[in-house]
Amino acid sequence: MRVLLILWLCLVAMPLRAEEVIAGLSQNRVSLTVNFEGSEILIYGAVRREAPLPEDSALHVIVTVEGPPQATVVWRKARRAGIWVNADRQDIRAAPSFYAVATTGPLRDILSADADLTHRISTRLAIFEARGLEDPSERATFTEALIRIREGQGLYQQHDGGIDLERETLFSTRLTLPKTIVEGRYTARILLVRDGQVIDEVETFINVQKAVLERWLTNLAYDQPFLYGALALFLAVFFGWGASALFRLLQN
Amino acid sequence: MQVYLPIAEISVNAFTLLGVGGGVGMLSGMFGVGGGFLITPLLFFIGVPPPVAVATGVNQVVASSISGVLAHLKRKTVDLQMGTVLLIGGLIGSVIGIWFFNLMSRLGQIDLIVQLSYVVFLGVIGGLMLQESLRALMRARNPSAPRRKLHKHTWVHALPFKMKFRVSGLYISVFPPLLVGMGVGILAAIMGVGGGFIMVPAMIYLLGMPTKVVIGTSLFQITFVAAFTTMMHAVTNQSVDVMLAVFLIIGGVVGAQIGTRIGLKMKAEQLRILLALLVLAVAGKIAFDLLWPPSEIYSITVLGRF
Repeated sequence: MRVLLILWLCLVAMPLRAEEVIAGLSQNRVSLTVNFEGSEILIYGAVRREAPLPEDSALHVIVTVEGPPQATVVWRKARRAGIWVNADRQDIRAAPSFYAVATTGPLRDILSADADLTHRISTRLAIFEARGLEDPSERATFTEALIRIREGQGLYQQHDGGIDLERETLFSTRLTLPKTIVEGRYTARILLVRDGQVIDEVETFINVQKAVLERWLTNLAYDQPFLYGALALFLAVFFGWGASALFRLLQN
Repeated sequence: MQVYLPIAEISVNAFTLLGVGGGVGMLSGMFGVGGGFLITPLLFFIGVPPPVAVATGVNQVVASSISGVLAHLKRKTVDLQMGTVLLIGGLIGSVIGIWFFNLMSRLGQIDLIVQLSYVVFLGVIGGLMLQESLRALMRARNPSAPRRKLHKHTWVHALPFKMKFRVSGLYISVFPPLLVGMGVGILAAIMGVGGGFIMVPAMIYLLGMPTKVVIGTSLFQITFVAAFTTMMHAVTNQSVDVMLAVFLIIGGVVGAQIGTRIGLKMKAEQLRILLALLVLAVAGKIAFDLLWPPSEIYSITVLGRF
């Protein structure tokens, strides 16, 4: 309730625009627990309008969700001496660990190329290649391979027409975060589009965190590797020796 | 039930992990092998990144050998002198192995190196085991066949820096045991195995140790080298997954108890052939993956992850 009130106050305080977007998420916190199997997020909202509906153009909505960027290497295998080995590489300065785009219609039709470039909406534009292979078209094949592989894993998604828009006012879409997502702050953007141009945009965040135990283990492994190694050894000795002692006890 | 592995950063079915641990534990109980050489490739097959599979496999080796070494120490069937020399070699080997492992990781070739070493070692071991058990089967049918001579005087006995190993009743140079230990240490670091499958034959045939101290002494070396290697992997590339290890270990210790009981009742020779075939099958599967044109020739590595 309070959130809605704040939203409303913000809206009142802002200069008037013809159409504005108000949006919400079903959850802004995802916990990667021991038995995490992926999560579905509902993104919904409404268009607030001061002027009457323009009649000559259609309203479109685009939703993007972007995971924390990572420095990545894409490898290409080649046959060397009969076996397939990683031969060529292209470094990617930053590629989102997760990227989903949902729209009310085919992205190419509803958004101009210029607007796509300024707002970096399509998946291809969310990836920043590093310098590497000389030939730019070669570089592009590596980036396309990255997108193809991650689409196969559900990490990159494009849902043209995946948003329900009712009476040009209410919209909603569901996105699935697969079980392989990584920790970090995910950014959700909701954009209103008319005549190929973005007319309004809001941003909100989803925090994806490992649950308490997993988080503690990861932090220990990276911050206190000696302690973590000692823990691993302690557990191995404890279970290895303990279990056989237990079985001996059961036998007697 | 899915389990999220915090270091490997994947979700795996808990029963798959318990099954892998339990199945390999059963085999190790039945045949008296450590099982590290089966756990690590099985982890590849279920999608655990090779570096994590290797480091966690070596952690599991500690668990599966600790109770054995304690039992042997109690029965005084460990040659501590020989064990220490092998251990020194093992620690040196482990450091070399870790260095090589991390170098290959940086070059993006570690998966290939690990898989190649598995193909070579599992292929050789499986082949030798098959040959040996077929020969044993033949010998059982035809008892008059000539037996192999156990102790031979070879070049090994002519090397300098001789040392007296009382428990084994040997007076040999320290170099052969150091080198054997070192080789095993390298394998532990790169393949995540204990290395008993190399060390036991080397101790019997190369060093000429009496069989009654061979198992205890090799377990002594393996436990410490595996513990050291686990620590090295944890410190240098943070690839030990404790969550994964716990599931494998629990499955493993239960499986080993069942396996020991089955092993007592079964005919050893036929079972040994089965184990040899299983080892060859695993080697074949990994070799196939390397030789067959992959359906996707591109792959992704995220820096700082596996």
